[in-house]
Amino acid sequence: MTSGETGRKLIQLAVIWAILLATPYWLPHLGGYMALGTRVLVLGLAAMSLNFLLGFTGVLSFGHGAYFGLGAYGTGLALKFLTVSTPLALLLGALLGGIAGAVLGALIVRRRGVYFAMVTIAFGQVFYFIAFRWSSLTGGDDGLSGFTRQPLHFGFWTADILNNAVLFYYFVLAVFGIGVACMGYLLRSPFGHTLLAIRENERRARFLGIPVEQHIWLSFTISCFFVSLAGGLNALLNNFADPTILNYNQSGEIVIMAVLGGMRSFWGPLVGAAVFVVLQDYLSSMTTNWMSFLGLIFVLAVLFFPRGVLGFNIPGLAASTKSLLKVRSATP
Amino acid sequence: MTSLILLNVTNGLIIGAFYVLMALGLSLILNLSGVINFAHGGFLALGGYLAYTIEPYIGFWAALLVSPFLVALLGLLIERTMIRRLYRLDPLYSLLLTFGLAFIFEDMTRAVWGATGLPYKVPDVLTQPISADLFFITRYRLFMVLIVAIAVGGLFLFLRMTRQGVRIRAGTFDLDTLASLGVNVRGLRSFNFALGIFLAGLAGVLAGGQLSLEPTMGANLLMPSFVAIIIGGVGSLPGTLLGGLLIGVAAGITTVFWPSASEAVIYVMMAVVLLVRPRGLFGEEGLLS
Repeated sequence: MTSGETGRKLIQLAVIWAILLATPYWLPHLGGYMALGTRVLVLGLAAMSLNFLLGFTGVLSFGHGAYFGLGAYGTGLALKFLTVSTPLALLLGALLGGIAGAVLGALIVRRRGVYFAMVTIAFGQVFYFIAFRWSSLTGGDDGLSGFTRQPLHFGFWTADILNNAVLFYYFVLAVFGIGVACMGYLLRSPFGHTLLAIRENERRARFLGIPVEQHIWLSFTISCFFVSLAGGLNALLNNFADPTILNYNQSGEIVIMAVLGGMRSFWGPLVGAAVFVVLQDYLSSMTTNWMSFLGLIFVLAVLFFPRGVLGFNIPGLAASTKSLLKVRSATP
Repeated sequence: MTSLILLNVTNGLIIGAFYVLMALGLSLILNLSGVINFAHGGFLALGGYLAYTIEPYIGFWAALLVSPFLVALLGLLIERTMIRRLYRLDPLYSLLLTFGLAFIFEDMTRAVWGATGLPYKVPDVLTQPISADLFFITRYRLFMVLIVAIAVGGLFLFLRMTRQGVRIRAGTFDLDTLASLGVNVRGLRSFNFALGIFLAGLAGVLAGGQLSLEPTMGANLLMPSFVAIIIGGVGSLPGTLLGGLLIGVAAGITTVFWPSASEAVIYVMMAVVLLVRPRGLFGEEGLLS
């Protein structure tokens, strides 16, 4: 990496964090409300976690909604029955999703390609039905309520993240930062480079003696853990968890955010999440047929922005996305 | 108890027949084009609703055939204008496209026909039970299973006996060789897509008479159909057939003993199959994976 490139990356990082840190100051002026900004962060973290697997390991999971939802339910249940500590509940929720991902991942990594995607979709639905049917614990169709995020105590100061939306935004931003930093660090490590090698050429990676299944499994588990963390934040944001976030619709939304933002870019999915969340918020307030417009976003994104809105005009990125848009068969 | 189990096994077989029709269509498209068609449930619901709308003019029996045909035409149009452009790309893109289409289908169906369930009238001949002992088996249910059997039998004969059918099966294994032999693969894929959608439309009309017409009726059948394909083995149509019936009956039997697990049980079966035999019961190793 040249020093110029490192400098550019640092500037990019500084700009992103400056924008995120200043959100409470500029968002209200643009007609947004604080919870909308928080939602962007939550779903941005979810999409970036998915992209750890999709963009940097080259494996498509279409069932990440399940782990997002597990994180939400885990966090909600922990706050309701186990603990009054918000961070601890969040961690428990993320662990629940991470462990479920590790167990199911062991079955899923035996398949590849379209097959892999189908198995992740199908397994994703299990938790939806469990949450839907086990109403004594989860509230069933009505969703899980009866918990609220608790203020954070720092000894000398108490942060009331329950009533102060701006403080809660910063809490979410802190968790987001930790999650993103961990994933960024992992991707820069030899482990992350191995994942890239698998993405670029699985067969060659296998010839080099890399245990491909193990690596994909690890990547899947890590991705599930962080998407659950995002799910937990989502439960805290709404003080509520409903079974539809476990559904495959949620999975599809997370995937489209990653694709919209650009799968080859680390920060792209955050941009995708911002575009999607704002559009969704706007559409659902404008029309009852918002589902059609949502579907239209999918269709248009696939047909006209397959490389993401970021990947559209950035020189240098075009080359790296070539392998992404690879030709699957020689036939027309 | 025995009659309760018998009742639920029958129910399971009937719902399994729906899974089979739906999953066979999905399988056809997946095998030849590598497209996971999320909009399949939307096509199914549309088949039911279209039959509901045209039935007063042309009657039940004609609607049974005309409605799936119209839906297949729409499928052909969508394949030609959108899905075809994505064959060269990663399967992710066609998956997302059909996912978006599924949203549009469901919303449009709701906008046109309303969100509440509509009853689809079947001829009086078909509504009576077949006997006093077997009161839970109406003639319509028997009729449905019969139609599914004819459709499935016809499909398998078609794939084995006709030139076009053999090409579809050959394309599942090696599309490049097929193309280099001079077969028009573009046309074949279009035809195959429409064939799969026809089956979905047919399932929609049949389901309309059994359940009631709801915008989400197809989406609810989608996941079990995926499970049926995975259990049977991706790439194998007989596998899909067996998988569909198997999970239908399994869900039916579970309903007797532990009703709230009746949805989850099929996923447990899928987990077991993936653990013991990852390629599925009849699947070919290495195909589409």
